[in-house]
Amino acid sequence: MPEIKVTPLGAGQDVGRSCILVSIGGKNIMLDCGMHMGFNDDRRFPDFSYITQQGRLTEFLDCVIISHFHLDHCGALPYMSEMVGYDGPIYMTHPTKAICPILLEDFRKITVDKKGETNFFTSQMIKDCMKKVVPLNLHQTVQVDDELEIKAYYAGHVLGAAMVQIKVGSESVVYTGDYNMTPDRHLGAAWIDKCRPDILISESTYATTIRDSKRCRERDFLKKVHETVERGGKVLIPVFALGRAQELCILLETFWERMNMKAPIYFSTGLTEKANHYYKLFITWTNQKIRKTFVQRNMFEFKHIKAFDRSYADNPGPMVVFATPGMLHAGQSLQIFKKWAGNEKNMIIMPGYCVQGTIGHKILNGQKKLEMENRQTLEVKLQVEYMSFSAHADAKGIMQLIRMAEPRNMLLVHGEAKKMEFLKDKIEQEFTINCFMPANGETTTVITNPSVPVDISLNLLKREMALGGPLPDPKKPRTMHGTLIMKDNSLRLVSPEQALKELGLNEHQLRFTCRVQYRKTEFTIFIVFSSSYLVKAWLVLKGYTIQHLPDGTVMVESIVIKVSSSAEEPNTKVLLLSWSYQDEDLGSFLSTLLKKGLPSGLSSM
Amino acid sequence: SYNTSKPLPQEEAPAKKLRLTKPSKSAALHIDLCKASNPTDALQYLLHFARSSVEAESVEGVVRILLEHYYKEQDNSVRLKIASLIGLLSKTQNFNPESILDDTLNTFNTEKSHQVLAQLLDTLLVIGTQLPESLIVRHRLIEVAYKHLSDTYFGVRNKCLQLLGCLGNVDTPLNKDGQGLVPAVIGDAQSLISDYFADQDPRVRTAAIKAMLQLHERGLKIQQTIYDQACQLLCDDYEQVRSAAVQMVWVLSQLYPESIVPIPSSNEQVRLVDDSFGKISHMVSDGSWVVRVQAAKTLGNMLQVSPHFLEQTLDKKLMSDLRRKRTAHERAKELYASGEFSSGRKWADDAPKEKVDTSAVNLIASGACGAFVHGLEDEMYEVRIAAVDALSALAQSSASFAEKCLDFLVDMFNDEIEEVRLQSIHVLRQISTNITLREDQLDTVLAVLEDSSRDIREALHELLCFTNVSTKECIQLALLELLKNLTKYPTDRNSVWKCLKFLGCRHPTLVLPLVPELLSTHPYFHTPEPDMDDPAYIAVLVLVFNAAQSCPTMTALFSDHTFRHYTYLRDSLSHLVPPLRLPGRTQAPGVSGIEGSGSVESAQLFLQQSLSRISTIHNLQDPGAQDLLNFTIRDLQRLGELQTELAGAADFSATYLRCQLLLTKALQEKLWTMAVPLCLKHNAMATAAAKQMLEETYKLEFLYSGLENRQVATIHHVRLQAKALQLVLTARTRRGVEPLISVCEKFLQEVESFQRLFVVELPHLQESFVGKLLDLSPKLSACKPGELVKILQTTLRQSGFLNLQLPKQVQRASATIIEPTGESDNPLRFTSGLVVALDIDATLEHVQDPHNTVKVQVLYPDGQSHVIQPKPGDFRSPGPHRHRLITQVYLSHSAWTEACQIEVRLLLAYSSSRLCKAVWSDSSTEGLQPAEGATEGTIPFGKPVKVFIMPKPARR
Repeated sequence: MPEIKVTPLGAGQDVGRSCILVSIGGKNIMLDCGMHMGFNDDRRFPDFSYITQQGRLTEFLDCVIISHFHLDHCGALPYMSEMVGYDGPIYMTHPTKAICPILLEDFRKITVDKKGETNFFTSQMIKDCMKKVVPLNLHQTVQVDDELEIKAYYAGHVLGAAMVQIKVGSESVVYTGDYNMTPDRHLGAAWIDKCRPDILISESTYATTIRDSKRCRERDFLKKVHETVERGGKVLIPVFALGRAQELCILLETFWERMNMKAPIYFSTGLTEKANHYYKLFITWTNQKIRKTFVQRNMFEFKHIKAFDRSYADNPGPMVVFATPGMLHAGQSLQIFKKWAGNEKNMIIMPGYCVQGTIGHKILNGQKKLEMENRQTLEVKLQVEYMSFSAHADAKGIMQLIRMAEPRNMLLVHGEAKKMEFLKDKIEQEFTINCFMPANGETTTVITNPSVPVDISLNLLKREMALGGPLPDPKKPRTMHGTLIMKDNSLRLVSPEQALKELGLNEHQLRFTCRVQYRKTEFTIFIVFSSSYLVKAWLVLKGYTIQHLPDGTVMVESIVIKVSSSAEEPNTKVLLLSWSYQDEDLGSFLSTLLKKGLPSGLSSM
Repeated sequence: SYNTSKPLPQEEAPAKKLRLTKPSKSAALHIDLCKASNPTDALQYLLHFARSSVEAESVEGVVRILLEHYYKEQDNSVRLKIASLIGLLSKTQNFNPESILDDTLNTFNTEKSHQVLAQLLDTLLVIGTQLPESLIVRHRLIEVAYKHLSDTYFGVRNKCLQLLGCLGNVDTPLNKDGQGLVPAVIGDAQSLISDYFADQDPRVRTAAIKAMLQLHERGLKIQQTIYDQACQLLCDDYEQVRSAAVQMVWVLSQLYPESIVPIPSSNEQVRLVDDSFGKISHMVSDGSWVVRVQAAKTLGNMLQVSPHFLEQTLDKKLMSDLRRKRTAHERAKELYASGEFSSGRKWADDAPKEKVDTSAVNLIASGACGAFVHGLEDEMYEVRIAAVDALSALAQSSASFAEKCLDFLVDMFNDEIEEVRLQSIHVLRQISTNITLREDQLDTVLAVLEDSSRDIREALHELLCFTNVSTKECIQLALLELLKNLTKYPTDRNSVWKCLKFLGCRHPTLVLPLVPELLSTHPYFHTPEPDMDDPAYIAVLVLVFNAAQSCPTMTALFSDHTFRHYTYLRDSLSHLVPPLRLPGRTQAPGVSGIEGSGSVESAQLFLQQSLSRISTIHNLQDPGAQDLLNFTIRDLQRLGELQTELAGAADFSATYLRCQLLLTKALQEKLWTMAVPLCLKHNAMATAAAKQMLEETYKLEFLYSGLENRQVATIHHVRLQAKALQLVLTARTRRGVEPLISVCEKFLQEVESFQRLFVVELPHLQESFVGKLLDLSPKLSACKPGELVKILQTTLRQSGFLNLQLPKQVQRASATIIEPTGESDNPLRFTSGLVVALDIDATLEHVQDPHNTVKVQVLYPDGQSHVIQPKPGDFRSPGPHRHRLITQVYLSHSAWTEACQIEVRLLLAYSSSRLCKAVWSDSSTEGLQPAEGATEGTIPFGKPVKVFIMPKPARR
């Protein structure tokens, strides 16, 4: 039986280092190739030795597809392609291709230059790796080879995030990557058509959450910022460079514009500026509003948001600063925080989740005194706000996507096992489809029932049409006679004559015959009732033609019914019945009728 | 190559029908088509031919030629073009397509190409829709449609279904009565069409649903049995099918709202309208935005839905890590209820509380659950707008739902698209009679006051005018924000003041405790007197004075200067400051008299009394009648100034009476007896009077809204009088009969059309000028011009005074140009010959259909004038009966030596034919040919504004 196998190397009942292997129709595909934020050792990257113990991966993989530029989805890519070794095509969307190397380079810098790790991929490796990338457009079907094709769908989440459909013949798998079903200020909602894949591999970060309307969140956020600025306070918003940062920028920018506000907004420089540049370029990947208005003004050409300089932090008066990193564990955001923490007029807004141990986590939990390096303590007087702006689909969103795509099987990755369990139950219950949630290294096998396309000869079709009957009803199967020829990797259905001709064979007739013996008296009765009346009535009813030949033989299509008396037993009459195999149904029906239509105890055949 | 031959006399037309006498279009076409050597050429000729027009008489001939070629032609595309041309030709005016029907039907016998068949069916559709009356034609067409329904090409099936939808029987099948005119299958178009709901081609499925909807529109009652099928189509793979299915389900829900349908997989049952509401709600989260828009719109039209289901649409159970979580809305409400509004901002103050029962969580929105929550958050603003509109419609019909959807609408004030924000503000205004804003909601609403878009701010002011609030803190908050708005955008002055006026009017008791603080009075100390010119101070005063109107104790809290300021404002901003009863205060004389009893009722009474006093006049020539008219006109004018509610009615009556006065003066007896040369001056006066009367009648007719047929008749009556007067005057001054004849004829025509238009009103007009004239009417048409003039003259003088009956509400159209203010001394400089854009901002009140009627006129000092028609998009409608015109007019002129003022004014364009149709649409409209004095013109309204401009010579 044909089957599809899915094995997560990462992100199986886990978040981080997404890497999923799919075998479909004899093709092997790697979906995403990410790193794990939580580890600094070998566990940081997926275990590629699962694919092969030694040597390069090229011959084991047909292609690699990267869904978006977050490092937990693409962080291991240069390692995989350059250090382990892979020369095949890597597919990603245009924005991802543009932004991915920036993030990889940043990641490399931090690990190598700052943490001093060795045996890590180099800048050159990133460049070499990116050379193997084939860009994808939305809804463009890309033929990886003759049989394997992939197609990207819009996924929301971050700029350039895509869901991918992988298709071999009539078998298909959809991988969602990370996606968002509710639009935000700069991106639209994920969308997919009713492609009915065999397996839908979905992320399930928020498997057990149903989120409130984003409008309340936005309004709260704006109100808080607005009030603080009006009070003359400073607002610090620690963000990661890409994704949420842009959404919040747009939100504030439009608010400033609408409300005619004057207080400056700053964005910490470096990485971000480069990324903003790409946001400006890839307008088609953004939401309706930005797409429609970019002719007048590109929303990413911020009017109110300027680059930040270290010295600005000491400026008097209100201001809003976006600074990296998002969890306040190092860098600019931490520096600014230290400066502003003492003033209760100021505010810090944490727009996302903070890992345990970071300062962000501490202050969110209400810690008022922080121990800093050099045994100093920092008193936190400023207001601390938490505002979740996460761009993953919530439980309802996931269900909505399933409803859109109508998959035959469901597979959950990129989430916590316990939460997945809940969602899995729900999916099985609501959609009555199988749902899987393999752990890393565990293989899920789904048996598919692919339809096999067969070429049918036009003549055969026309003949079938000419035979009459009602027009073909697309909803109901219809039987027809023909010969299936399997030759040169192709299947054809042709008429028997043509098949014979092509194969150079002679036609052989195959007939079944049977004899039914009657006693004479019975026979007369039979003749009266069965032969001429019953049979005829029934046959006419079914629309068959009946011929009476001069010698008393009756022919129904190819069936011959002949009466003869046997020499040995004059008291009996013998009914000869003969039919060709094409009329097997009718023939066997007749023979049983003839036998059953008589009193029991008669010999036959 | 337009054929200019004159139309033949009617009797001849049928005789010549079949013969082609002259080398007409058809002959030329014939030759062209014969010349065509290949299909491409033929197609070219046909395309060329399609551009020219064919007169009705030769259509049949042309069709015949076309068909002749049709049968010869091998090429499908040419035949297709011919088929489409026949359809086009059948639409020729005055041509009866029945005559070509047979020929067209014959083509079906030979046609093999599916595309051409589809086109032929389309042609039949065109022909059939033009002959809706003929049952036989319809049956024949339906028969054809039925025959081709099983075609393998989707286009043919499509067209057949379309035909069935447009022409299918909507009455009960005829064969029941044994008429046998139609086979049973054809009679029952409905079941036939519903068979195609399951067609393999989505386009055919769509066409089938549309045909069914068409049948419904034509009055067929669709059977409920289709409901299940329609619901299944909601899950179709194709968006156009789903979109049409939404409509279908809606139609059924309106037809059978109360029937009961079972809920699958349970024993329960629901009303059909509720069931369909749930299903359509489900479509709000469809994959295609077209369907989502359709679904959201449709929800707004399902007012019969049960409240329980309705309220589900706003429901969204929140959950976080399997714990039930309260929505921000719920939290806000609780915070408000517990009294600590501005809360402690803790992390996770939205932390989930109770544990959710996993089996109870329903992740798929079943039924209506959260439909609007989804719709309002949709990616496409079209969907969001549709959802907002639907909310509005549903909220207006259910007060409890209005209360519930408030939070969501308020949230929409923050939408990224201005249109959506604006729409939600409008919607909130519309439902605001049903609701009272909580403080936290008001806070969110007020935040929008800082919006930089003027439209938004003004819509919000409008909203605040209609808003109810619950506490005095709310009033304070609103005032504070409005003052902030005022400082940030000083141009909003008028709007803010008006807003505060209504706020004060609505909440006198809430304002009362705030008064000392607002006016910064102190029990012991004198506080400095505030600056009277400060817009903010005026704003506060407007609020306080309007509250004081219905709260007599408030005035005791005023300090001396407050009273002084009151007197000043009452005079300068009388529309914002109401009359107050101030105990022990002497007031400006004259004002208090009427104001003391200045209620609308008493003014109304006064108006009625004045009019009934006038009605005692029987004949205008009576002594003292003129004086009475004069006084009454004066009274009415003053009344209009003082009582804005009645300004329309008072003005209207005064203008009418002035017309009568003018007429009376013009007809003064002693002057008419004099010889013509002796009274040139009088003649001039009378001519002027007649002209003015005419102008006034147009103003009466078109400037006032709320008039009924009765009043319009009265106005037209005055107009007839004026015209009669003109006629008499013409007869007196001109020599010779010739010119008179045509004038007389025209007048008689007008009398006739008056008679026709106001048949209903004639009994009321017995004693009047027209009444008397119509008594003489058989004689009139026969008599000579001289006699007619004499009759008119005497009738005019002898006829009685026609009383004016006032309708319930008369409103005078008015316009105020807000910008340019006309105060600027800085001329607008521009290079001569080039253009400069002048921003115009005006409010229009009680103008019907301003998009077509309101124009801007620019008058240059040299007498040149331009009339500019603003774009439809320049008009906004901020409130009922109110419009706002924000537009730009382009000015240009040759060079001037110094700056000079130009005048900008607004004109109300009218055309009597247009209005006639609007008013008497049911009665004889054909009598209103433009020839019968459809006068078009413009009435200036509103004060003109002067603008300094300075075109400079171009520098070389």
